[in-house]
Amino acid sequence: MNQSLPRWVDIGLIPLANVLLAFCAAGLIVLAIGADPFAAVKFMLAGALGNSEAIGYTLYYATNYIFTGLAVAVAFHAGLFNIGGEGQATLGGLGAGLAVLALDHTGSALVIVPTAILAAAIFGAAWAAIPAYLQAYRGSHIVITTIMFNFLASALMVYLMVNVLMAPGAVAPESRDFADTAALPLISDWLNALGFHVMESPLNLSLVFALVACALVWFLVWHTPWGYELRLMGFNATAALYAGANPRRIILLAMMLSGALAGFVGVNEILGVHHRLLLDFALGYGFGGIAVALMGRNHPVGIVFAGLLFGVLQQGGTELTFEMPQVTREMVVAIQGLVILFSGALALMSRPWFEWSYWFVGRKLAVRKAASA
Amino acid sequence: MAAVASDPALELIGIEKSFGPVHANRDVTMAIPKGRIVGVIGENGAGKSTIMKIVYGLHRPDAGEIRVDGLVVTHESPRDAIANGIGMVHQHFMLVESFTVLENIILGAEQGALLKPSLVAARAELLRLAREYGLQVDPDARVGDLPVGDQQRVEILKALYRGARILILDEPTAVLTPQETDQLFRILGALKDKGATILLITHKLREVMAATDLVYVMRAGQVVAERATIATNREELAELMVGRKVRLKLDKAPAQPGAAVLYAEHVGLTGAGGVALLKDISLTLRAGEIVGVAGVSGNGQTELLEVLSGIRAPSSGNIAFGGASITAGHPVDAGKMRALGLSHVPEDRHRYAMCTAFNAAETSVLGRHRDAPFAASGVLDYPAMREHCAALMERYDVRPRRPEQRAVRFSGGNQQKLVIARETAVPPKVLLVGQPTRGVDIGAIEFIHRQLIALRDAGCAILVVSVELDEVMALSDRILVICAGRIVGEVPAAEADEKTLGLMMANIGQGDAA
Repeated sequence: MNQSLPRWVDIGLIPLANVLLAFCAAGLIVLAIGADPFAAVKFMLAGALGNSEAIGYTLYYATNYIFTGLAVAVAFHAGLFNIGGEGQATLGGLGAGLAVLALDHTGSALVIVPTAILAAAIFGAAWAAIPAYLQAYRGSHIVITTIMFNFLASALMVYLMVNVLMAPGAVAPESRDFADTAALPLISDWLNALGFHVMESPLNLSLVFALVACALVWFLVWHTPWGYELRLMGFNATAALYAGANPRRIILLAMMLSGALAGFVGVNEILGVHHRLLLDFALGYGFGGIAVALMGRNHPVGIVFAGLLFGVLQQGGTELTFEMPQVTREMVVAIQGLVILFSGALALMSRPWFEWSYWFVGRKLAVRKAASA
Repeated sequence: MAAVASDPALELIGIEKSFGPVHANRDVTMAIPKGRIVGVIGENGAGKSTIMKIVYGLHRPDAGEIRVDGLVVTHESPRDAIANGIGMVHQHFMLVESFTVLENIILGAEQGALLKPSLVAARAELLRLAREYGLQVDPDARVGDLPVGDQQRVEILKALYRGARILILDEPTAVLTPQETDQLFRILGALKDKGATILLITHKLREVMAATDLVYVMRAGQVVAERATIATNREELAELMVGRKVRLKLDKAPAQPGAAVLYAEHVGLTGAGGVALLKDISLTLRAGEIVGVAGVSGNGQTELLEVLSGIRAPSSGNIAFGGASITAGHPVDAGKMRALGLSHVPEDRHRYAMCTAFNAAETSVLGRHRDAPFAASGVLDYPAMREHCAALMERYDVRPRRPEQRAVRFSGGNQQKLVIARETAVPPKVLLVGQPTRGVDIGAIEFIHRQLIALRDAGCAILVVSVELDEVMALSDRILVICAGRIVGEVPAAEADEKTLGLMMANIGQGDAA
């Protein structure tokens, strides 16, 4: 039975049910190690949403997931599976960092910050452009090449940090600290200035930027002829040819846009939080982005919600390991994994139940209506 | 019914089947007499495939009874159906191309763990069947090397080897040349003479009239009529299938060919691995003329349309159209061709002309999505698309008139009407049409044909590619015959008949058949 369901069931109820299923499965695991699953949920939610600092952290994590989720979604609409978000994010951070290291003596934030953001986009896009070119003109599969480019990005970053960018006398492979003018404003500072009293958190202007990116992606994909061709290409590449689109150009542009979006993780991390270049700041976000895009049905609105969920899981999970010592960091990763499993790989598992219920309820209602008429 | 009186080999009594809310079969009752050829006809979605799948154990009925030789049977799977002497030849053959005929025939019916004894026994049985029914096939030939007609014989032999006494053939002639079709009907006749019962599922009325003894007509999941073939005619059957009067004969005035608008000169296309897909194709399309391309499916028709429409660049030769010269070195993409005034209704609309995710409005601008008014300011104008789509639907009678409905949810005929409407919305200089009525109901076929004639009369140059010879002959003013990627002949439509075209399609009497 392949019945169409109303949109609110399809994009609201089913994902929600999948998350609940994931939590039930996670609860069983928590139970198995002898902890109280209800307490765990409580600690997790309180840790993620309990106070302004917790919320700040959750939103800061969510920002990264929104960027990488959008990155995966844009590529996916063209039928491309970009697994290289991690590497593109790393390069984006490198681009932003290099721009700041080169410019922060000039002093003007109005020059430094936009240049650094642009550099992040360019570096991310360029890193994605290589696999895209190989796919479009040489037929190398983009899944393989983007995965490999993650390793290359990581190796490149280690080399640059250790051999070129490491600050003199530093004990870790980190660059010198940026000048204060290069930092993105913290949302907590703004809110406090406006008279709302919130605790400090790493949440910065990048969140606003991520939401703007969502709107832009939505407009580009659904409201421009280019987006029309992008989606046509994703669903039916031969029809794109028939319609006169240039598939190679679409592959190249879609992947560059995707890489640029992933690169903005570097803006949030390097300009927003760390204020210096370092290793591993993008760890986990590239792959998390795949799950976020899957869960969010490759739509910006869905991606915002899925990004928030992953932010909650990350922040709440960290708090949970503090509050319940028997729940280790690995346990939290396992819970995240279950959410990915249920809302990604098994996303369609519960659909037939909903289809059946919807059909059944619909028929019952029709019968009742007929009886009362 | 006196002409066909005989004990029923197969009876269906009150079969009901629903798929969710779709009621595919309603109270289907049929009595298939032993030793007869029985046609089951109906439009797409009339439920004829469903009922046959129920008989063959691929679906289970919700209610009703199946009797074989008077005994009630339950077919949980094709295994049960085979055990009860029912065999099925599917439209798409279920053969392993890299196996020999013999290996294919014993596949799934091996006796014991060792292959050798089965092969020896099967060879003897195969020779016996071949002698008895005139089903000559080399048992040691690789199936992939056999022509389609022979592959179909292997399928029939497979069913007979498994002891089938009731044979179901699902659209068996879709892939055959007229000669191969005649051969098939001779074989079916021989099988009938030996007492086999044959169910022929088809939508081709000519074949029903030629080969069957009895016809069941299905419409909307129900049996609407049962006729002895000698007591009916094509017009009546068409009317029963569609539920209203249908004109089978196409009226058209003689063509008034004008100036040539598209030339192809010595066009060749080489595919992957250096295979020549098109060889030295030269043709001219003139305004106000319909040129038909006849040929057995897979002889380069698809590639010809792809090259002429700009989807693929030719490997050699030259196409001149609208002032552009298209060669291997200077290809012109499909978008540019469209801008020059060439429209294309592709053979396979799902592969080229539509997109599963798009609704009818989005589909109605495919290829023109960058043009005004749909993207006048670089932003997609959805209201303009819907308005455009609604106008097309009105003009071409696409039902339901819902631009918001996803294009794939329309029936085949309505999808095709939408595609043709789109491609002719801006009157083209040249219209390429592949399989104009594939998967389209009889009622819509009539409409589409009339539209194409009207376009011709308005001065459009039309190239029609179809594997339905009737269709090519009815529409065309001039017929080109294609075989193995080469145009092997040209016949004025007035002089064309099925036999000569069929011989040309098989390229008989010409030395270079590949």
